Amino acid sequence: MAKELIRFENISKSFEGTTVLKDLNLSIHENEFVTLLGPSGCGKTTTLRLLGGFETPDTGRIIFDGEDITALPPNKRQLNTVFQKYALFTHMSVADNIAFGLKIKGADKSLIRDKIAYSLKLVGLEGFENRSPASLSGGQQQRIAIARAIVNEPKVLLLDEPLGALDLKLRQGMQYELIRLKEELGITFVYVTHDQEEALTMSDTVVVMNQGIIQQIGTPEDIYNEPQNAFVADFIGESNLLDGIMVRDCLVNLGGLDFPCVDTGFGENTPVDVVIRPEDVELDASGIGQTSGTVTSIVFKGVHWEILVESKIGINFLVQTTEHYPLGSSVGISVDPYNIQIMHKPSSEDERVFDQDETVSGENYEP
Amino acid sequence: MISKTLGKIYIALIMIFLYAPIGVLIVLSFNDSRSRVVWGGFTLDWYTSLLNNSTIMKALGTTFGLALSSALIASVLGVLGAIGIYSMRQKGYKLMLFATNIPMINADIVTGIALLLWFVRFLPLGFTSVLLAHVTFNIPYVILCVLPKLKDMDIYQYEAALDLGAKESYAFIHILLPQILPGVLSGFLMAVTMSMDDFVITYFTKGAGVNTLSTLIYGQIRKGIKPEIYV
Repeated sequence: MAKELIRFENISKSFEGTTVLKDLNLSIHENEFVTLLGPSGCGKTTTLRLLGGFETPDTGRIIFDGEDITALPPNKRQLNTVFQKYALFTHMSVADNIAFGLKIKGADKSLIRDKIAYSLKLVGLEGFENRSPASLSGGQQQRIAIARAIVNEPKVLLLDEPLGALDLKLRQGMQYELIRLKEELGITFVYVTHDQEEALTMSDTVVVMNQGIIQQIGTPEDIYNEPQNAFVADFIGESNLLDGIMVRDCLVNLGGLDFPCVDTGFGENTPVDVVIRPEDVELDASGIGQTSGTVTSIVFKGVHWEILVESKIGINFLVQTTEHYPLGSSVGISVDPYNIQIMHKPSSEDERVFDQDETVSGENYEP
Repeated sequence: MISKTLGKIYIALIMIFLYAPIGVLIVLSFNDSRSRVVWGGFTLDWYTSLLNNSTIMKALGTTFGLALSSALIASVLGVLGAIGIYSMRQKGYKLMLFATNIPMINADIVTGIALLLWFVRFLPLGFTSVLLAHVTFNIPYVILCVLPKLKDMDIYQYEAALDLGAKESYAFIHILLPQILPGVLSGFLMAVTMSMDDFVITYFTKGAGVNTLSTLIYGQIRKGIKPEIYV
C-alpha cells in the first residue's frame, strides 16, 4: 500500500446536541481514490468539511502528511475542494475564477495565463477564459470548479457530491472524466456521494457510513460481494436480505430449509443476516431446484428481467435473469453456496438501521 | 364608463393632495413678494439670497454632512451586523432581527428622548451626539437591505475562497463584498434619506448652535418663514 497521507484519529463531532460523527478512525493513502458513501445525514459531508478545515472536531485529531492539522484554517491546508453547488465566483470571469488561488500565492502573470490554459484543456473547456460562470451549463460549471481547484496543485482534492446536480448521461460521462483526471494528476481524491453506483465505478476504496459510524471499508468488489452487515448489503446494490439461522459451519437455515454455504465460524444455531444478490438466484422452468415457487411479478429492465418469486419456504426472492418466465408459472429455485453471504446480526441498536421485514430492497434510496 | 371617469377623478384628487403642497412651495420660491398669497412676479432673488444666507447654508451643510457621514458609519456597522445576524442559528437570528426592527417601528419621539437622556449623561450635546443618534436609527435600514442579499448569495463561495488560500479579509473584500454591494448601496441611500428627513430625533439630540435644515425651519416658523426656505 502507498504511503499514508491522511489519518482521522478518534474524531467525534456534534451539532447542537446531535451527534454526527462517533469516534471516527480512517486512513487515506497517497494517490488513492476514496469515496465516502452513505445516506443523507450519515456524516460523510461533515467528514469532508473537517478535512477541508471548515469545521473543527469536538474530539480527536486529523493528521495530514505527518502533521497535526486539526486546528489549521482552510487557507493553510494543502488541499482544495470542489463544492456541491460548485460555488463559482459569479461576479468573475472563468479565467479570474481559476486564477483566484494563484493570484493569492503571488504567481506571475504569464505563469497564471499558462496554468489557466492548461487546466481548461485538462477539463476540456479550452477557450472559455472570458465567459461568465452564469452563462455555462451545469456540467461546464462543474468542470470549471474542478479546474479552479486543481490549478493550485493540491495534494488532495476533496469532492462533495460534485455530480449530484447533473443529469444521468452527463453524470456517467463525468465519472470517467474524473477517473482520467485522477490518473493524469496523480493526486489523492476524497469523494463524497450517496450514489452507490458512482462509488463502485470510480473508487479504489469505498467507505460506507451510516449514522456517524463507518460500516465497512473496502474495495468496491469487497463491499459488493462481501458486505459486513445488513446495512451495507442493503445500501449497496439490490439484495435479498433474509433472516437465517446458522445451523453449523457451511450450513444455513432459511425459512425451515437448509442451504449449504461456505461461511464458517458463526457457531451453531446462531441467528444471522443472510444476503443473496438477485442475480445469484437461479431459476429453473422445469421446477428443479432446492425449493420451488411461483412467479408473482416480472418487469423488463433492459439488460435483464426483474422477477419476484414467492417460494414454498415463505420467502419472496427478488431475481434478476436474462430468461423470461411467464407470470404465475412454477419455477425451481437454487442458490450456489458461494453466493450466500452470511453476516452477524447487529450487536447494538445503533447498527440496527434497516427494516427486518424488508426482503427486497436496495437502490430505493432517494436523497 | 362612469366608473372609469370616477376612477380618473379619484386618481387626480390623490395626485393633487400629494403634490399640490410641493407645487405651491416651488411656485412661491419664484414669487417676487413676501406674501404667501400675492403673486408679485417671477424672480430668482430668493435663490441668490439663499446662497448668501450663512445660517441656512450652514444648516444645509450640516444636513448633508450629517446624512453622508451617519449613513457611511451605519453602512459599515450595518454590514458587519448583518453578517453577524446571518451566521447566527435560528433562535438568535429571529431575536436579533426583532431587536433590529425595534428602532424602526418605535416612535421617533421615544427614540429621541431616550437618546437625549443617554447623551446628557455621557456626552456634550452637539454634532457628535446628533451623528451618533443618526447612526443609531440608520443601522437597521442597512441591515434590512443587506440581509436579503446575504441570503441570496451562495455562502459556499466564501468557503471556496478560503479553500483556495484566501485570508478571511481577502475573501470578504473580493468575494463577499462585491456580491452584497447592491444591498449595501441601497441601505446607504436609504440611510442618507432617513437622516435628511429626520426632525424629531435631531431636535432632541442637537446641542445649541447645531442646526439641520429641518430644525432651522422649525425655529424660523416662529419668526415667520422667509421665501428663501421655499427654495
